Formats: sequence, C-alpha cells, structure tokens
Amino acid sequence: MAELMASGAKPDVLFWVGCAGSFDDRAKKITKAFVKILNKAGVNFAVLGAEESCTGDPAKRAGNEFLFMMQAMANIQVLDAYEVTQIVTTCPHCFNTLANEYPELGGKYKVMHHTTFINNLLKDGKISISGGPYKGKRITYHDPCYLGRANGIYEAPRELIQKLDAELVEMRRCKSNGLCCGAGGAQMFKEPEPGKKDINVERTEEAIETKPDVIAAGCPFCNTMMTDGVKNSEREGSLPVLDLAELIAEAQDL
Amino acid sequence: MHFGIQNIIFIVVLIAAFALFGRSFSKIWRNIKLGKDKNRSDRKSERWALMTRVAFGQSKMVKRRAVAGFFHVVIYAGFLLINIEVAEILIDGIFGTHRIFAEPLGGLYDVAINFFEILAVLVIIACLVFLYRRNVSVVPRFKDLTGWAKKDGNNILIIELVLMTALLLLGAVEANLPDAKAGPWLISGMLAPMFSGFSVESLHTMERIFWWAHIVGILAFLNYLPYSKHFHIILAFPNVWYSKLEPKGQFTNMESVKKEVELMMDPNADPFAAPPEGTEVATPERFGAKDVMDLNWVQLMNSYACTECGRCTDSCPANQTGKKLSPRKIMMDTRDRLEEVGKNIDANKGEFKEDGKTLIDDFITREELWACTTCNACTEACPVNIDPLSIIMDMRRYLVMEESAANQALNGMMSNIENNGAPWAYPAADRGNWINEA
Repeated sequence: MAELMASGAKPDVLFWVGCAGSFDDRAKKITKAFVKILNKAGVNFAVLGAEESCTGDPAKRAGNEFLFMMQAMANIQVLDAYEVTQIVTTCPHCFNTLANEYPELGGKYKVMHHTTFINNLLKDGKISISGGPYKGKRITYHDPCYLGRANGIYEAPRELIQKLDAELVEMRRCKSNGLCCGAGGAQMFKEPEPGKKDINVERTEEAIETKPDVIAAGCPFCNTMMTDGVKNSEREGSLPVLDLAELIAEAQDL
Repeated sequence: MHFGIQNIIFIVVLIAAFALFGRSFSKIWRNIKLGKDKNRSDRKSERWALMTRVAFGQSKMVKRRAVAGFFHVVIYAGFLLINIEVAEILIDGIFGTHRIFAEPLGGLYDVAINFFEILAVLVIIACLVFLYRRNVSVVPRFKDLTGWAKKDGNNILIIELVLMTALLLLGAVEANLPDAKAGPWLISGMLAPMFSGFSVESLHTMERIFWWAHIVGILAFLNYLPYSKHFHIILAFPNVWYSKLEPKGQFTNMESVKKEVELMMDPNADPFAAPPEGTEVATPERFGAKDVMDLNWVQLMNSYACTECGRCTDSCPANQTGKKLSPRKIMMDTRDRLEEVGKNIDANKGEFKEDGKTLIDDFITREELWACTTCNACTEACPVNIDPLSIIMDMRRYLVMEESAANQALNGMMSNIENNGAPWAYPAADRGNWINEA
C-alpha cells in the first residue's frame, strides 16, 4: 500500500489479510488462493503489509474494550491515511469488526467478505468457472457464526459451491441454526472449559454425517477447528477442509 | 339477574385484584429501572414491525420447533380470543347482567361462543401435551429445570386447564337451564347431560359456582403472573420492541472507554489538566457488569421476559458439549438477583443496603462466562429476542477491565496484540512474508 501511494497510484480495494491469513501456515494458503483469484480477475488491490494490525476482535470478545479501542483507532488512522474506501477480507471476524464496529469510531468503509466479493467477480464476468475438479463432488458448508448469524450472509458462499457444479449437502444444523466451530469469542486462544466434548469435534461429526467429499469453510478459524476435528475422526487424510477461495482457485486451475 | 350483593362483592374483588397486580407490576418496573440507561427508541417503524412479526405473530416460536410452536400458538390464540368473553364476564359481574352480548349479537354470539369452545378444547389438549412434555417424556431442554422453575411451569398449565374446564362446564350447566339466554353450544352442549338430573335451583347455583370459578381464577392468575415466568405474556411485547436491531455481530462500543482512548491518542491532550473550575468530578463508572445494577434496563427487562423455555440453552454450543454455561441460567440468575436486590430495597426503606453478594460469583460463575463462544445461537433461538450474550459480554468486561482476571492464555493473546498487533507472538514486520512464499 505504502509503495502504491508513494508512486501516486491508488488501489480500488484494500485486501485486509488478517492475523490468521498473515501468520498461520494453513490460513496463508487461503490468502494466496484469494490473491490468485484477485490477480486473475485483474482487480486493482493492495495490502497494508506490516502496517496492518489486529482489528481488536479477540480482545473485544474477551472483554478488553481498551485494547480493542486502541487497535481500532490506530487502524482507522492508517486506513484513513491511505484514503481507503473499500475493504475485502477473508476473515469473518475482521469483516464483522470493520463493517459493524468501526463506523461508530469514525472508520466508515465499504467492507466485504471474500465470498461476496468473489461472487460479484463471477457475476460481472471478471472470472468464470467451468467444470473443474469439484464437479459432482459432495461439499458441505459450515456457516461461520460471524458471517452467518452475525451478519446474515448465508447465500453468497453457497452460491459459490453451486457454481462449482458440486452437490451442496447441508448439515443438520445450518444457516441461522448453524453450530459454532468453537473458536469464536476468543476461544481460539484458550483451552475450552471442562465438558464432555470439544465443540469442534461435535461440529465435525455433524459434517461427516453428510458423507461429504469436502468440508467447505469461509473463515480461517473455523478452518483450523474443523481440520482439527477431522484429525480426530477416521476420515483424516481423506476429507479435506477447504476455504471457498481455495475451491474456486483450484477449480480455475490457478 | 339484577344488581345485588354479588355484584358488590365482584366489584370489590375486581378492584382488589387489579390493585394488587398494579402493586406487583410497579415493583417489577422499579426493579427494571435500577438498570442503566439505554436508548432503544430509535427506528420506531422497524420496531413496530418487528414486534408485530415476532411477538404478536409468534414468528420465531414456530421456527424449527413444530410441536411446541403449534401448541403454543393454540394457547396464545386461546388466550387472546377467549379473553373477549372475559370482557363480557366483567360487564355482567359489575352490572348484574347476564350474557349481555347475547341479545345484541344474536346468531353471531352463538358462532363466537362455539368458536371459543373449540379453542378451549384445543387449549386443554395443548396444556395436556405440554404437561406430558415437561413431566413424562421430559424434553431435553426441560431436564435441568428443578424446584420452583419446574413447579411454576406445571402450575401455569394446571391453572389454564382449570380455567378452560370451568368455562366449558359453565356452558354445560346453562344448556340445562330453561331460561338460558343463548346456546346450547357445540362442546358444552355435548357435556350438558352431565347435569341433566339436577333441579333448576341447583343448576342456578352451579352456574354461579362455575362463573365465579372462571373469573376469580383469571384474577388469581393475573396476580400469579408477577411471581412467575408467565409474566412473559406481558413483557414479550415491549421486550421485542426494545430489542437490538443492529447486526447480531455488532457489539456495543463503550463510550467511557472511547473517551479515555481518544484522550490517550490525542497529542495535544494535557494529561495533567485539572477539570475546569466548578465542574463536579463524577465517580468513574464501573467498567462492565459486576452486579445487576451495572446492567442496562433492557437487559433487566429481558430477565423478566424470559419464560425459561430453554431454546437458547438447547442451541448453545458450549452447553450442548457439556460446559457449565447455560444462557437460560444467565437470564434466570439475573432475575433472581434482581428480585433479591428489590426485596433488599423494600426492606431498607427504598435504599439498597450492601449485602455482600453480587451477580458474578454468587449467581453466575466465571467458568460459565468464559465458556461462551459469542456465536449468537442463543439470541437467534429466543422467541422474544432476549440477549443473554450482552450480559455475558458485560460481565467479561468487568472481569478483564476491573479485575484483570482473564486467564493466562487470554492474557498472552492480549499482550501479543499490544506488543506486535497480532494475537500470536509474530513480529508485525513479518506480516507480508506470505507474499514471497509462493
């Protein structure tokens, strides 16, 4: 972003990579897949790189409003300095925080989750999918809480699966009734409280009940939780957990 | 029948019942007002539409729970419509008339009463189904209801059964009376042979007994409401009207914290500046919620609107995997503590006397609070838009900002964010590394 601005150019959209997408080895693959799609579609985008910082979501959900505010205000200063107007992100937590909690603090941007963004690229004919390796495959989709219930986005990811000519199979609890993967509310960063089962195991079992070839997710944290859940089952190695960006990128042989 | 001693007794009973109810109601209202201010009067047209759909139209009630949803709608419709007949009973009781609407309405009256009687039968069936689900088959979400909560649920259903039975028996007795104003009607007509052997005089007495049983039962029920989860029949409506309209994922930004952080980030702010002369230095507000008075009034109203149906707990990922958290318990604990605080105020001449207890720890444990994934399944499931999540969040805020009581792992996550802008301990400079790791 800094380089672009220095050369006097301005991107159309900022890709907010997020902490998972920047540092987590699994999530980095999602980041790269999405970048391939952006490049293929010829989107004029930029990333903040070292100037990006946590949105403050996990701090806020853990109860630390001070830390959230400090992160939010610092981020808003950076975003405003670069005159950002449009943001796309692969993380529903970043998406929710940027779209819903920043405007009150002065950070008003048009924020999109990448599943909506890719859908728009397809609708505008910027990219197209035909056939591909997922044709006819059974794919079940896990609704991330912060995309689904939190923001009412249920259809954009499902439309993408249908574009792959794959068979979308729904879990018992889906859409507004979807079961959390167990990572939200800062749970990702702590051990769960004592109980009889881990939430991600429960959710993965539900996914496996649909006899899928692939579990699709739209959130790097859900991805981690479901991947761990699959490791816990007999399907380890034969049941991939993939982000929608990865599915689309692979279908296009990018 | 003419105006007489019976009507005087009726008027006295009626006034007493409403006065008593008014007293209980104002106490609950006082308790709700112990909460902090919260402006939820914006976007009025949306709120009316929401209330019409969710509270009046029961839209969330029938969602995904076919059996409970259907029978609840039956009882609800019975309550709304049969109460039209109660209007007649009140008029008759006050003025000494008998079935005053019968003559002016003519044939329509019989149609209406027939309809009410069919509804009454449906309500009886619904109550029996609900009693079965609560006590015999025991639906999972009712399993952890014990003590008063369990008894209360059964009391309500039994009272409704008695009221509906009295209504039908009243008609059955009247069907045998030679001087009946109207009828016989569909259901009570079928029950009429039960009373065919009695003299006219004893029929008249029985008619009075069932009439009084029905109306006194209703007035007693009215006064039972404030002590019961059944208060939801009143609070469901304002509760939905004042519910959150923002996206579920949008949590409140705390104004007090915003001010502090703005001051901190303002290079021109003078950290040693004394407040301007004459301004009163207010005691800083507590961050988050330690006790019920730290919650806002909508959250407190939520606790009285809760009817303990347990749909929230039934959909809670933490609860369903065996953790201690139960959103229903959060609401019940909030109400129990609020009631306790209210009684404390009553006993101490309007002043709350420190009792050494708080909502946190004495009612809701930290373990429960930390088990929440903030997934919003509970708020989605609630048929009257109660928000247990906001209470959990406010209590976490108290724990973290007032007591610094987050566990080690969370403290690690937070210090990482402070130090390097990510929840993990990776240097910010490495954020762009993925670009070159083709």
